Amino acid sequence: MVKNINLLTTFLLITLMWFVANVSYADDAMPIPRERQAELHNLLLQDCGSCHGMTMKGGLGPALTADVLKTRPRKMIEDTILQGRPGTPMPPWKTILTKEEVRWIVDELYAGITL
Amino acid sequence: MIIFSKTLLLSLSFSFLAGCSNTNLANTNLRGTGDLGVVIERATGSVSIVETTTSTTLARVNGLGDLSHASIVYSRDERYAYVFGRDGGLTKIDILKSKITKRVIQSGNSIGGAISQDGKLVAVSNYKPGGVKIFNSTTLELIADIPANYGDPQKDQRSKVVGLVDAPGQRFVFSLYDAGEIWIADLSGMKQGSKSQPLVTKFKNVGQLPYDGLISPDGRYYIAGLFGEDGLVLLDLWHPEKGVQRILDQYGRGTKKMPVYKMPHLEGWAMTEDYVFLPSVGRDSVLVVNRGNWKKMKTIAVHGQPVFVMARPDGRQVWVNFAYPRNDTVQVIDTESLTIIKTLKPGKAVLHMEFTPRGEHVWVSARDGGKVTVYDTQNFNPIATLPMNKPSGIFFTNRAHRIGL
Repeated sequence: MVKNINLLTTFLLITLMWFVANVSYADDAMPIPRERQAELHNLLLQDCGSCHGMTMKGGLGPALTADVLKTRPRKMIEDTILQGRPGTPMPPWKTILTKEEVRWIVDELYAGITL
Repeated sequence: MIIFSKTLLLSLSFSFLAGCSNTNLANTNLRGTGDLGVVIERATGSVSIVETTTSTTLARVNGLGDLSHASIVYSRDERYAYVFGRDGGLTKIDILKSKITKRVIQSGNSIGGAISQDGKLVAVSNYKPGGVKIFNSTTLELIADIPANYGDPQKDQRSKVVGLVDAPGQRFVFSLYDAGEIWIADLSGMKQGSKSQPLVTKFKNVGQLPYDGLISPDGRYYIAGLFGEDGLVLLDLWHPEKGVQRILDQYGRGTKKMPVYKMPHLEGWAMTEDYVFLPSVGRDSVLVVNRGNWKKMKTIAVHGQPVFVMARPDGRQVWVNFAYPRNDTVQVIDTESLTIIKTLKPGKAVLHMEFTPRGEHVWVSARDGGKVTVYDTQNFNPIATLPMNKPSGIFFTNRAHRIGL
């Protein structure tokens, strides 16, 4: 009986580990380390903020508040950050940021910026 | 006994208050303001009041809103600083008392401002709603509103306004980013307290997306940079009837457009006796242009995309900072040999530089480094480091007496 319980626990643990591993490595991407997240948050507030405003209410560039983004497809925002927008000052960030980092930034934008 | 405690408490709180008023510069010592300045701390919506004689911070003023891309002009008595915030806030600070005298939210989104020749008017350029608003510099009461309407009059289209400067003759000059226009607003005919409107002269189709403007230190030439095409727009304010003129046709992003990670700022354009030093747009170089004929005479390769290119007041050196991600560096160009003579690393995210009135020191803000470093411009040694909260623009009071600043 005790053996059975041990087996069951082991089985459950393995299942759980497999599940956790698959969730964190979804999309073949490494999770963004906490330090890098802090850098990205700063980049978003300070450098993106130079044109879009620190509270994302807009400036030379358009407003990117959670409210405004409600009606904008995520893919379009991600593509704009990666590719830039020709004919405007928005530069492409693909040489500086990875796709995962851009996704992380877009998550922040859709959730709404906190200072 | 109870009465005694109360007295003690009272005297204690009195001495506490007296201690606080140390930041009240007017009360402690009778003093001038010519060696004072204000540093923007953008993340906290605060400013630090600094002194250039001792290279120290004297006080902090809080409660100024969103200060991303904030700038400052001074009253002509150099006592009051007008802070233009991103969120449309216009704040008048008494730097002697280190407190806010008056604050108005005058629009939804603004970019900068200017003070008139006679010091009586403060103008703010707005993104939203696009236009210029003009205020009484004493009371911050609205005096005139100039909406930047363009195109079809039926549509109420408004342009973002950039590159606002003061010009001699009680005028303000500014560019309409979306419309591609330059306007001159003449307030010399406006009477105090009357409802008259400023006289506005419009120059249309000057070029695509003018993104900033500057005025020459003598107040004669207004120059706008274009983001949408190459070349610069020059307006001779002695002869506005001649219209705008294109100069430096090769200046700009060129045929192979490179991404620009931070827009170059024109206000800091360095003008020495013979040359103008310009930041290239999207390229790692500074251009040297002959002041007489506006022809390019040299390209100096630098560390990154330049943002501010500023001459020391005596014109012997030009200091340059750079756009993200190469923004931890400052380079110094010798204006005689036109070569780089020094490379400094003042910290992460260098945003601005300001020379002391006669140029013996330069103050450099490192936003992510969280400090302002004061350098001796003769031997490049750091003299002082002042910890600050995400410092950006540095503005000394001697700007009060310079056209266009």
